[in-house]
This record gives sequence, structure tokens and C-alpha cells, in this order.
Amino acid sequence: MLLRVEDLQVAFGATQVISGVDLAVAAGETLAIVGESGSGKSVTSLAVMGLLGAKGVRIAGRAEFDGQPLDLTRPGGTAKLRGDQIAMIFQEPMTSLNPAFRIGDQIAEAVLCHRSVSEVEAKGRALDIMRKVGISAPERRMRQYPHELSGGMRQRVMIAMALVNEPQLLIADEPTTALDVTIQAQILDLISRLQRDRGMAVVFITHDLGVVAQVAHRVAVMYAGRIAETGSVAQVFDDPQHPYTIGLLGSIPSLTGPRTRLTTVPGSVPSPAEMPQGCRFSTRCPFAQPKCAQQPLLREIAAGHRAACHFAPLELNFGAAA
Amino acid sequence: MLNLFLRRVLVAIPTILLISVFVFALQKLLPGDPVLAMAGEERDPVALAAIREQLGLNDPLPVQYFRWLAGALQGDLGTSLRTGQPVTQLIVQKLPVTLQLGVMALLIALVIGIPAGIISAVRKGTVTDYAANMVALSGMSIPNFWLGIMLIMLVSVRWQLLPASGYVPPTQDFVQSMRTMIMPAFVLGTGLAGALMRHTRSSMLGVLKQDYVRTARAKGVPERRVVLKHAFRNALTPIVTLTALLFGELIAGAVLTEQIFTIPGFGKLVVDAVFTRDYAVVQGVVMVTAVGFILMNLVADMLYILLNPRLRSA
Repeated sequence: MLLRVEDLQVAFGATQVISGVDLAVAAGETLAIVGESGSGKSVTSLAVMGLLGAKGVRIAGRAEFDGQPLDLTRPGGTAKLRGDQIAMIFQEPMTSLNPAFRIGDQIAEAVLCHRSVSEVEAKGRALDIMRKVGISAPERRMRQYPHELSGGMRQRVMIAMALVNEPQLLIADEPTTALDVTIQAQILDLISRLQRDRGMAVVFITHDLGVVAQVAHRVAVMYAGRIAETGSVAQVFDDPQHPYTIGLLGSIPSLTGPRTRLTTVPGSVPSPAEMPQGCRFSTRCPFAQPKCAQQPLLREIAAGHRAACHFAPLELNFGAAA
Repeated sequence: MLNLFLRRVLVAIPTILLISVFVFALQKLLPGDPVLAMAGEERDPVALAAIREQLGLNDPLPVQYFRWLAGALQGDLGTSLRTGQPVTQLIVQKLPVTLQLGVMALLIALVIGIPAGIISAVRKGTVTDYAANMVALSGMSIPNFWLGIMLIMLVSVRWQLLPASGYVPPTQDFVQSMRTMIMPAFVLGTGLAGALMRHTRSSMLGVLKQDYVRTARAKGVPERRVVLKHAFRNALTPIVTLTALLFGELIAGAVLTEQIFTIPGFGKLVVDAVFTRDYAVVQGVVMVTAVGFILMNLVADMLYILLNPRLRSA
């Protein structure tokens, strides 16, 4: 495994937002982390990047990157890897580039921070990577400022910046959410292609299940700061075992079959301050039983397929109800 | 970009003309008769009428205004009613003194205010932050005259370290010039330093929350560089604009400081002129100050454009 995170805990002051999250990504693999807003997927990725530097944040857990222990508990712990071996792209390409500096300089800076090369060499590498991520007329773009570029182009610049040092792991936090659908597809293709070419691992954070099916090998479904279900894309999509996953999948419209009303998961994610005891999904779960007042463990159902529900596998426990 | 500059300059012209009308009208509205002030003990109506006629004061007001404006445009702001010296000459003599005071005060304010603002933004909510805010608030609330008098009492009278008053041009004796000017510049600069600190702090706090600062950290840029380059470069725009505007106020504030330290500058010139009803001087000084203020505004606008890539390409 390239990255292994065990029992990650994140608290903002007295509020626990991430509880006991385990993650593992192998080289060349894409892990999708899926969940609603507030499920803790972004916080998890920022914790791995060491970018939760604000005051009052407490992080605990064990982590390992490329065989070396990784200290996530303090912001400096990941400093050397950040931007070098682990890179990240963000949701908002419009605001993620510094408006005061030229594109080329911003990409070259990532090189200069980690490699002892001349500025000319760094600019050369910036130009190379810009070409590889499909930025047209890169020589001209290098000298432009972010406001002169479209959103899709800016996200390409962000990807170029992230990949210029050839990282082993790319964390992409909703990289296509802010883009038009056609641009979305292009950016997804680009990430997949670059991943294949370089054997890079990708952690893809999204709330869009369509995107997951398109890009990921494995998926982890997060709910209220915990992992609800994890497994290969085939396992989770074809045979979902957690009622929350089932609810999420039910909310995707289908083009074939009879037209039915879209199902939604009733209610919304409980706020960290009023988290239910035991299973956190129990307040919204159609199968909830008294037993759900106890915290369910993430149990293995099939090889690599685990779900945190007392009643998984649901077919056995509920028969036709599931 | 040149286009934008040009437009700003063109907008400034009617503003200056409007101010000139105000300044001229104000002088006409002020109580007291300059002719009486000029004539001294002379109360002979015939002599007074002669002076009036000689000064062109019997002409209609618009004629007087345009005569004054035409002179002013050629650099002739009239003659002092008290000393008979050309007003322009008086201003040229006194302005550099005040500019030296202003520039030194500004430098002191920048050197204290900006680093203090950055540090307190980065250490928001810590003891350092509270301490810096307290000092800034005191700097802004302590009246200049009080601080000036206290410093004179302590530094000049008790410790005898620096001269309490006077002025030496830097071209004549640089060290002595700095010695006489440092205390008034400090007094004048403290208020500005406080304001600058507060603005730098809030500007930095806003910028540090931006996504691109997180991007810089994600790239692995060292924290020091994240703050000083990525954040500060963006926080700078409003600070620079504000500084240019505050510099105008600084010069206005110099009036009081110059009185306390008896510095023969612009401020002292205008105060003396007001007390002796030397209207030509008052008018000239107010006009020059107003034009200076507008120029600083213009500088602020242009710096804003220069610092902002989005406007630069427009």
C-alpha cells in the first residue's frame, strides 16, 4: 500500500468531526471517497495533506506513506511530502490560483520548492507539464495571469501544478464540481490518462456517484465522519450493503426501465454537535432497530467489501425488504 | 492601462477647478477686511479706496477669480499682505520642511505598522495579537500634542538627548537634521502606524483565508514564504492605496506637530497666516494642499491599477 491511514480522528475544538477512519490506497489505484456535504470527506483529505493547520484542530491516528511513518498530528509532519510526493487539487479553480502571479511562475514555484534546479529549468518543466495536461499555447499562457483563463483552463493549471513534481499520490477534492459538464468529462479523462501513464495513486473525493463509477477502482462511502461502507466499485455499486449506500444509489436517475419517482435519503446529515449515539445513520435509516443504539463495526462481508451495519448483509437479515 | 491613467488625470482637473472656486469664495466670506489689515493705522477712506482699487478689489467677483486663477496657473499665487513676499516663494521655502517631516513620519509608520500587522494577523487570537492591537489603539488615540509635549519633557528636557525644536535642512547637516526631526516624525507617525497596523492585519486576515493560500501550502511552499509572498502580495493593494491617502492626512496633521516643535514648515506658515489675516497666503496654502491631496489620490489610484493584474490589462 502506498498510503495507509488508520484510526484517523479529527476534532475542531470539542467537536469530533472524523472518527476512526481507515484508508488505504495502492500505487496506480483510484480510491473514491463519497459522501454528502458534511460527511467529512474533505476534512479527511486535508488532514492527510497536513492542511488543517488552524488553531483548535486536534488530529490523531497512524499513517504510513511509501513504507515510511507519516505524522499527521502536526502541520509540519507532512511538509516535505506536500507538493512533492503527495499533491492536491481543489474544488474551486476560480479562486485556487494566486491572482497576483503569472501562471508559469506559480507552476515553477512548486518545482523550486522541492528540487534544487535553476529557475530556467523549473520554467522548462512547467512548460512541459502544461503541454501534457493539454493547455494550448503554453508559452503564452505561462506569462498570463489567472484572470485571463477560463475555469477549465485554470483547473488544468492546478493539475499541472500538482503533477509537475511527479507525485506518487494525487488527492483530488471535487475537481470537477465547479466546471461545465463537457469540461468535467475532459478533466476526468485527463486525470485518468495521467494516472495510467505514471502509475500514480489517486484519492478522488466527490459526491457524484456517476464520477465514481467512471474513474474509481475502489470506493469508500463516508457518513457523518465515519466510513459506512467500502469495497471495489463493482461490490459497492452492484451489491450495496449499508442502507445509506442504498439510499445514495437510489437517488441516481436511470435512463432505462420504468419512470419512477427518484428516491432520496430522508432528512440530512446530523451536525457534529448533535450526533446520535451508536449508528450515526440510525436517525434516517428505514431499517433502524433498537440494536442500532450501539456503534456497528466495519465488518467484512466479502473479500475487500466491508460495511458498518449490524444487519449486513441485508438480504440475509431482511429478505425481500432490501 | 495608459487610457485608464489618462482618464483619472482628466477627472482630477474639474475637481481642482471646483476647489479653487471654493477656496476663492471662502476667502471672500471670511470676516475681516484685508485692506484694513494692510493699511495698519491708516483710516483715511481715500487711501483705503486707493488700496482697494490697486488690489482690484472693486472689480466683480468673477473677474477677480479669473485674475487669481490665471496667476495661479502661471505659478503666481499673489503676494503676502503681511511681508510683501510672493506667496509662491513662501510655499517653495516651507514645503520641503513639511515634506521631510511627512516622509520621515510615513517611513516610521510603515516600518512599525506593516510588520506588526502581519505578525498579529498570523498570530491571531494570541497574546502577541492582543498586545499589538493595544499598542496600535494607543498610538491612534493618544493626541499628537500630548505625546509631543511628553517627549519634549522627557527626551529633551530631562535626558537632554534630542533638541526640542528648530529645523536644520538635511543638505546642510544631515545628522543634525535627523536629530531635530526624528521626534516630531515619531509623534506624527504613531497615529498612522496604528491605522496601518490595523489595516494590514484585517487585509492579511482576509487574504490568509483565501483558497490560493491553501494552494501555496499544498505546493509545499514554506509557511514564511506563504505569508510574505503569496498572502502579503495580495494584501498589499488596499494597504498601498490607504497609505497614499493617509499621507495627505499626515501633511494636514503636521500643522499641529509643527506648532509643538516650532518647525518652520507649511503648517506653521498657514497658522501664522490665519492669525495675521494674511489671506493671500492662506488661500495659496489651502490651494496647494488641496492639489497635493488630489495628487495623492491620483497616486493611490494608479498604484492600485499597477498592483492589480486584472486592471493592468484592461
